Amino acid sequence: MTITDNPLESLRDVDGPTLQRLRDALAEKAAEAQLLDLAYRRVDSPIGSLLVVATDRGLIRVAFANQDHDRVLDQLAGTISPRLLEAPRRLDPAARELDEYFAGTRHRFDLPLDLTTTGEFRRAVQLLLPTIGYGHTVSYAELAALAGRPTAVRAVGTACATNPLPVVVPCHRVLRGDGSLGGYLGGLEAKRTLLDLESRAAA
Amino acid sequence: MTAKPPFDQLVRDHGVRVWRVCRAVLGPVDADDAWSETFLAGLRAYPDLPPDADHAAWLATIAYRKAIDAVRARQRRATPIAEQDDRVSTLGQPGSGDDELADAVRSLPDKQRSAVTLHYLADLPYAQVAAELGGTPEAARRAVSDGLRTLRKRLARPTTGGHE
Repeated sequence: MTITDNPLESLRDVDGPTLQRLRDALAEKAAEAQLLDLAYRRVDSPIGSLLVVATDRGLIRVAFANQDHDRVLDQLAGTISPRLLEAPRRLDPAARELDEYFAGTRHRFDLPLDLTTTGEFRRAVQLLLPTIGYGHTVSYAELAALAGRPTAVRAVGTACATNPLPVVVPCHRVLRGDGSLGGYLGGLEAKRTLLDLESRAAA
Repeated sequence: MTAKPPFDQLVRDHGVRVWRVCRAVLGPVDADDAWSETFLAGLRAYPDLPPDADHAAWLATIAYRKAIDAVRARQRRATPIAEQDDRVSTLGQPGSGDDELADAVRSLPDKQRSAVTLHYLADLPYAQVAAELGGTPEAARRAVSDGLRTLRKRLARPTTGGHE
């Protein structure tokens, strides 16, 4: 509903900085009151804006620019908790480590991860991914062997494709057996950018 | 089943509305806390809120109540044995930096003040203003127009610092 000729028009102005300040303070107070189940922020990167979401336990989602961030947030609100706020300061460590990674100065992430939403086998595979060294790659078959299930190549592929924490959990280091890129949630361009960055910075 | 939107969406959609209500009742200085209190109360209750609830009305009325609570708390601190005047409230803070119109809204009788604030600052239709005030939408409409009449009268003559 819109009200035209509002007699209180002069009391309706609100400036943007005020609201931003209020929202930032709210996120902090909500966390103190244990009312914040999911905190998110966006982080700029060479592969576009990344959405980063965390629970109390740790990072639960990283989403690429080509994934609809609002849809990702809607889905998390529906499956985990609607108590979800933009809370940039709570994700400062993640933002800092991502910045360092994209600057080529960080080769390993040191962030608590919340992988409670993924199934057991997928989680086992996802936890293996950080053991692939920076600047190195393995094939899906090699990763299946590492996971102790050498015949489960397809399931390993699915575990990579459903990695909820791309970049931080480096599924981009897994390629097809013939050395071609395979797939990537963030698009092949993004996968190539990450691999190029790592091979340059590792050299 | 449609899931609830992230609470963040409600803060984005209704943050301005809640701020206007808090500022109208309390002035800009104390409005900060009332704004936070409103959204914290909302966040606490949100998981149990019916999925078809009207978020605008829900948050605007929480805001109005939080702001009035804050005014009462302030009055208890400031004027322990003040003479009670049932008809005219003396809300707001002298020298709070906002204008005459804001002072005039604050000094409206309770019912008119909440009707005017919820309708013109929170943009709630009469039916929802009535849900908050109790009574019919028609009564809410009357309270709003009575409030406007009172405001015009007060603004037409020199201010008396909110006191009659």
